[in-house]
Amino acid sequence: MRRTAITGVGVVAPGGVTRDAFWAALVAGRSATRRITFFDPSEFRSQIAAECDFDPIAAGLSELEVRRMDRYVQFAVAAAIEAVADSAIELGTEDRERIGVALGSAVGGTTLLESDYVAVSDGGRDWLVDPDLASPHIYQALVPSALASEVSVRFGAQGPSVVVSTGCTSGIDAIGFGHQMIQDGEADVVISGASESGISPISMACFDPIRATSANNDEAESASRPFDLKRDGFVMGEGGAVLVLEELERARARGAHVYCEISGYAGRGNAFHMTGLKPDGLEMSEAIMDAMRQGDLEPADIDYVNAHGSGTRQNDVHETAAIKRALGEHAYRIPVSSIKSMVGHSLGGIGAIEMAACALAIEHGVAPPTANLTHADPQCDLDYTPRVARRLPIDVALSTGSGFGGFQSAMILARDDLRKAA
Amino acid sequence: MMTTLPERRRRAVITGIGVVAPNGIGTDAWWSATTSGTSGINRISRFDPSRYATQFAGEVDGFDALDYISRRLMMQTDRWTWMGLAAANMAFDDAAFRPDDYDPYSMSVITASSSGGNEFGQVEIQKLWSKGANHVGAYQSIAWFYAATTGQISIQHGIKGASGVVVTEGAGGIDALAHGRRAVFRGIDAVVSGGVEAPIGPYALTCQMATGRLSSVADETAYRPFDERASGYVPGEGGAILLVENLESAIRRGAPTIYGEILGYGATHDGHHPWAPPPDASQLARAIKLALRDARIEPEDLDVVFADGAASRAWDDLEAQALHEALGDHAAAVPVSVPKSMTGRLYAGGASLDVASALLAMRHGVIPPTVHADRPIPGCGLDIVRDVSRSADVRTALVLARGYGGFNSALVLRRISTPDITNDAHLEAR
Repeated sequence: MRRTAITGVGVVAPGGVTRDAFWAALVAGRSATRRITFFDPSEFRSQIAAECDFDPIAAGLSELEVRRMDRYVQFAVAAAIEAVADSAIELGTEDRERIGVALGSAVGGTTLLESDYVAVSDGGRDWLVDPDLASPHIYQALVPSALASEVSVRFGAQGPSVVVSTGCTSGIDAIGFGHQMIQDGEADVVISGASESGISPISMACFDPIRATSANNDEAESASRPFDLKRDGFVMGEGGAVLVLEELERARARGAHVYCEISGYAGRGNAFHMTGLKPDGLEMSEAIMDAMRQGDLEPADIDYVNAHGSGTRQNDVHETAAIKRALGEHAYRIPVSSIKSMVGHSLGGIGAIEMAACALAIEHGVAPPTANLTHADPQCDLDYTPRVARRLPIDVALSTGSGFGGFQSAMILARDDLRKAA
Repeated sequence: MMTTLPERRRRAVITGIGVVAPNGIGTDAWWSATTSGTSGINRISRFDPSRYATQFAGEVDGFDALDYISRRLMMQTDRWTWMGLAAANMAFDDAAFRPDDYDPYSMSVITASSSGGNEFGQVEIQKLWSKGANHVGAYQSIAWFYAATTGQISIQHGIKGASGVVVTEGAGGIDALAHGRRAVFRGIDAVVSGGVEAPIGPYALTCQMATGRLSSVADETAYRPFDERASGYVPGEGGAILLVENLESAIRRGAPTIYGEILGYGATHDGHHPWAPPPDASQLARAIKLALRDARIEPEDLDVVFADGAASRAWDDLEAQALHEALGDHAAAVPVSVPKSMTGRLYAGGASLDVASALLAMRHGVIPPTVHADRPIPGCGLDIVRDVSRSADVRTALVLARGYGGFNSALVLRRISTPDITNDAHLEAR
């Protein structure tokens, strides 16, 4: 079986819009959540978010690209530029037909769809809208395949290209899709990750009535409190990350820096409820165990768990149960953390940001902390690495994701020298 | 560089078809209309289209979600998801497959979407901006996003295996089925796959018109693929959901019909421009060649091609070139059809409906026609099946689909005849 190496990492995240700045913010335990600045949030229940201070031109995009690309596409292109540079792949001499693209997003161009709708519908008054007032690139906002298309075009990649949109597990699932493209020989290199820029009135409004987001507006910086007794929902975020996935033997042959390999990836559905989770964590634990089996790993091999840890009452209990069910007693012995405590929950983008964090955790031997975790919840009884990053050797990192629609996903990254060559 | 083909002991076959199409709800009604050249394209009736340049579309008239789902579920979901749930039910019935009888982890749902629950979204955005934030309903968060249909099918039928949603615009139906096949190769026994789309709302139509690719002709002949009068395409709603099974488990459970096997798949991207046509047809041609190679067949083995048929001169020329480049002399000999001329382009639903056409063409020995395309573009050198359906022994079919922005996908399907499945050799690697 062909193996998948990670040879490049690029990140656009709140609090750090490059790989190094992102990692520094995580290790420092610095929260990037704040009162929303993109629009006046006063009429919303949740008025806080983790926003990116992002300059697309500084990130390497052209004026033309900035004009036609929605913000989430810009994030992905910026992260891809950084990741491809990091991989030291020389695109000029590569066989572009062997380079694929697999990117995720949950809500795609919602922000542009909404702002344009306001324009064409006379502020939401006219159901039969005026097409003459629509912006020229509005179709790319309706159909998020524009995300993969723009990245394929940017790098001249002519291999298979796809957007994966499985809600809040889109990030893990897109990288999983890219991994399977390499395993199955459809591509030798895949530019893979996810991106989201959903901090918009309609996104905030749709989570308000189901109380999924935090209303702790007075303490914006510490409102994202995964696993904390006082948690009251997730804090919306935005951002993206892109990894360069590469067939391992090829990566080694060209002397690439290999961060780690994808040792296992699995998804499950809870087939239960679009938003609700049962407390037993059954299906997520099945995904974790499947991912472990693919890499011939035992629970004791896992050194760090990067949790979905959204900070909703239900999720954190569900996920704690899933980790314990899959890892047994070992679950208590290893650091678990949620970086959503710092960068918020960027829906489809966060899974890729978390995979980038796992690759960097293995690289640097540091488990990032769960910020704002000050009050232990008796229902969440694992070691969640509260507030302070922890230095330890990490050979194997597990990341989990859970989302609306019942999607449960798990991916394991491992140092590539743990396994003997196939 | 050589591609290493994955090992294949398992084979992915299609055992159930569910169709919701502008020219017929249910496989029988739709196939009867399709083979008789009956179009479902009409003036838009779901809203007053007078102020839009495009006023004709393929709407599914007479579709009542309550025939398939509860009122409660209907209130929580978009028309797109209603159609997906309806088509999934039909596919299960057709396959005589009861999900409750099987290990929930042995089944997956992998669908394509392009515009998600766009009409539900328009309603809620309208409420937000005209009435205020607290008027947005609790179901916007689960109805609008692109994963809603996969999630609801999984929940309604208790399906717990790895599921997915792919978005590659018009190529999505093929890419979803190919990913479904991948799931079968990795151990899943049954995959609910394909795609549907419901893009005929005022705002979604406005978004589509921004591409400049829609026809403004105001009659039912507006969509004329490979015709010298081609003026763009007509959008449509609906699609097909198929049940993809591992051949061995389908035989073991006594599946009543094995329509055919997903034998080969190829996908490429033009990597050229976010919307403009590529300088040549090389990447679409390469998708076809990859699919043939994956299927281990030669161009001469193809008995029919279901083409993408964008109905613009530039895109139709490129597709004809790709067929000539990939199939050589056989391109002029093999019948080519675009039955979507009777439904409009269904985006994520279009390619899976073409796969359904290919499977039924194999089963019934008839190739449905391309309508309103009686003046073929000069020099395209293709044998377009025009106006009326054609009898033919169809054993192997190629389905092509392109997605806006440069996506090219090709799928090869092969009929499975009774001798094949009574012979144990089918279980060995080919």
